[in-house]
Amino acid sequence: MDDEHSKYDPAILPDYLPIYYRRLFPYKEYFRWLSYGNANGLVSKSTFQNREFSFTLKDDIYIRYQSFADQAELEKEIIKRCPYKIDIGAVYTSKPKDRSPAITLTPVEKELVFDIDMTDYDDVRTCCSGADICHKCWPFMTLAIKVIDRALKDDFGFQHRLWVYSGRRGVHCWVCDEEARKLSVSARSAVAEYLTLIKGGNTGKKFTLYENVHPLIQESYTLIKKGFLDLAIVKQDFLGSKVECNKFLKFIVDDGLRKLLEAEFESLDTSKQRWASAVNVVRTTLEQGSLKRNGRHCIEEVMLSFCYPRLDINVTKGLNHLLKSPFCIHPKTGRVCVPIDPEDADSFDPFTVPTISQLVDEFNEYEEKNKGSGDTVRDVKKTSLQKSLKIFEKFLRKLEASWTSKKIEQNEATMEF
Amino acid sequence: MLIGGGKKRVRKVQKVSGDGQSSQHPHSHTLQFYRIPPLGNISLQEFERFAVERLKALKLFENVSLVFTRGSEEYKNKIRTELRKMGLKTFLRTMGQEENDADVDASHEERRRDNISHFILRLAYCKSEELRRWFIQQEVDLFRFRFLQESAVSIKEFLEQNDLAYAAISQEEKAKLRRRLIGATFDMGDGLFDSSDFYRVPFTEALDLVRGRKVYLRHGYAYIPSSELVSLVCACFRLELSKALARTARMFPIIEEQERLLPMLNHINEWYLGEDYGSRKTKASGEVTANMVDGLCQESFPPCMQQLNRAVRTDHHLKYNGRLQYGLFLKGVGLSLDESMRFWRSEFTKLIELEKFERQYAYSIRYNYGKEGRRKDYTPYSCMKLIMGAPPAAGDHHGCPFRFTAPDLLAQRLKGMKISSTQADSVMEMVKGNHYQLACSRCFAAVHDQPPDDMVAIDHPNQYFELSQRILHPEKESTGASLKQPRPSLRSTGTMNQGECLPSGAVTQTVEESLGR
Ligand code: SF4
Ligand SMILES: [Zn+2]
Repeated sequence: MDDEHSKYDPAILPDYLPIYYRRLFPYKEYFRWLSYGNANGLVSKSTFQNREFSFTLKDDIYIRYQSFADQAELEKEIIKRCPYKIDIGAVYTSKPKDRSPAITLTPVEKELVFDIDMTDYDDVRTCCSGADICHKCWPFMTLAIKVIDRALKDDFGFQHRLWVYSGRRGVHCWVCDEEARKLSVSARSAVAEYLTLIKGGNTGKKFTLYENVHPLIQESYTLIKKGFLDLAIVKQDFLGSKVECNKFLKFIVDDGLRKLLEAEFESLDTSKQRWASAVNVVRTTLEQGSLKRNGRHCIEEVMLSFCYPRLDINVTKGLNHLLKSPFCIHPKTGRVCVPIDPEDADSFDPFTVPTISQLVDEFNEYEEKNKGSGDTVRDVKKTSLQKSLKIFEKFLRKLEASWTSKKIEQNEATMEF
Repeated sequence: MLIGGGKKRVRKVQKVSGDGQSSQHPHSHTLQFYRIPPLGNISLQEFERFAVERLKALKLFENVSLVFTRGSEEYKNKIRTELRKMGLKTFLRTMGQEENDADVDASHEERRRDNISHFILRLAYCKSEELRRWFIQQEVDLFRFRFLQESAVSIKEFLEQNDLAYAAISQEEKAKLRRRLIGATFDMGDGLFDSSDFYRVPFTEALDLVRGRKVYLRHGYAYIPSSELVSLVCACFRLELSKALARTARMFPIIEEQERLLPMLNHINEWYLGEDYGSRKTKASGEVTANMVDGLCQESFPPCMQQLNRAVRTDHHLKYNGRLQYGLFLKGVGLSLDESMRFWRSEFTKLIELEKFERQYAYSIRYNYGKEGRRKDYTPYSCMKLIMGAPPAAGDHHGCPFRFTAPDLLAQRLKGMKISSTQADSVMEMVKGNHYQLACSRCFAAVHDQPPDDMVAIDHPNQYFELSQRILHPEKESTGASLKQPRPSLRSTGTMNQGECLPSGAVTQTVEESLGR
């Protein structure tokens, strides 16, 4: 289901992209991010200069191994090439653009990245499938952001997590702490596997909870519980039809219990009633002590199976995997890949993310209105993209503060000698 | 006493080598990190024997790990019984079992062997990414198994000797995190919790535990219960070993100058530990004729040989490596030199003149039978050799198809055999895990309607053939060949003079040099 605000037509891209890249793309902030404290002397220039970018040009022409000396060159090239899509890759041992058969490029660092895509929820969502999203299923993403963000922060101690809307049906996360950027491939895959509870795909029971429940699951469950009723029952109506009920019943391994629930479900009409009765029946059976060990947590298992984030773990594992850059335009939807504030994930609505046409219109309108007023407002600030820029700023300020404190630490350390 | 003696040596070694970084002498504990290469002399026979012993143990670890979960009771029991059966009890030895001086000497000797054999295999297995990966995996498993056999006291001693002392978190902190620490374990109860220590380390040092969600994580640190300490130590072991192997690989050119050592090292990783299927005394030569080849092929040849037979029948030609592989295999099957000559001649002369055949190819066929050149009776290639050997280029058909055929093509070929698609999938699963010989044995089981038995990996194409014949024609057994299970006996595919001895100290000197210490 498409929303009413987007009056976007892909045919306008060749006309609008140059304006977007010339006037609105936030090069300054973008460079501040990817140069990682080079200004403070904490990392060398090569952190930015050896970074791979790839461009997808008009007609799907794909060029890899771009790299730039500084912000000015990056800006110049983007404006010149006008890419339909920009991907960010790893930082290599030398400048990717200088690569030759004699120089082998070895990736040395990259943000730890995560990719969550709504298509991986097709076996549980009842509203849409494939590339489509709507207000009924987006809350899956909201929950995913909260669960993963908490784990990255509390479990792994990562402070700098940049969440970004992928422009269409999912979200990305860039973990930018120095420790995260330097993780080995095997450490990346360990993190990814630690966070993976559900391997997407076919329906049915995906895991079993035992007596001891890992803190990751406990904490995730706490978050999921808060959103579950609204998402599963109100939005997804997940026990609304016979087919959906059967999906649910597959989770119940205890034969007696399953038969009981099946009968209950027959006699009830709505998701809400059915869920309430399921919770009840399981509780009474539990109290009677007649549930086997592997069936005791079936309600929690259902909730987690339904809502726990589904990661595309290959994206996380690879050190040289490229990922779509923040602030580029999704060519199919025209929407900007804007940063999302994880602390305010609930209020993020993909359908209000500005499209390129909207931005250019806003910009023109502003210019029209203030013609000749001679104000010096920065172009982005003339559009609704400024809200997203604020979120990016917030992320950047925290990142830069960490460099300042590191700098002080370093100075203190050298003074000791 | 053992300990005293060990310590004395430690000091001596340190002084001599001037190496202050690692303090453990190879003989001071049953467990080793193999930081110090062997000293002293060793004969070629010993060199070979030690290497083979260890290789057998490592192969055992590989096979068992494919059937049972690592660390499970079945796994440990299987390893224990098999090691005993194979006469490799030295890997079962733990600290403090010595009762008298003779025992002490014996265990010293075992530790020396352990040390030497490890370093020899390092040399043999450092050369390619694939070999290194295999070696590291099996060594880590061996180490883990032995670590878990040791008592708490002995482990503590070992950790101290190797600068791996971890500090436990305070009782206060432990009490505060109680619920979470217990939650993170699979089945730790209150009692075990109280008696357990927890160690706090950066999560990157405990990746396996993190991956399996087996530890509590907080702000980038993992909390490891004493029971999982082994995993940390193994991670260190793995890391050190992989660095050491990379170093050894860089140093390898120096060893290559030691001409006599090289051929042996090159072949260690191709050594096959089963029967050699060479000149089979048991089987009357001449029993199998050239005309029977197609029939036998269809019945009982392993995929690698079917592939060659198909190629020679359609192309009326085979390139060098293929000829060698297939020729020796056929010899093992029982083709006499004359029959072998008939076989090749009849195919090749469909394309070339008889005279050209005699000139170009007949020699190499006689050569295979030891009738030309060095007059050595060559033995058919083992699976290891076909898996690790030169990969086939375009137009080649040699090598093990499980290793070298593109997965989709392989899957398609499997479908062409008389096996179900579930069976084909289970074969492909092994292929994906790089377990080519087990893939082959699953394939064998499927073709022969046998229950798959992952304990018996196919080691040799001729073993495949003979097992198959035995199943299909049990009646032959009494009259014909006695087809025993492959008995552990070593043949190197290279040529080596058994009595030869290296000049005094040459091996150890090279070993030391190449290990960069
Ligand atoms: S595993 Fe051995 S017998 Fe089987 S196909 Fe490969 S080389 Fe041939
Ligand atoms: Zn939807």
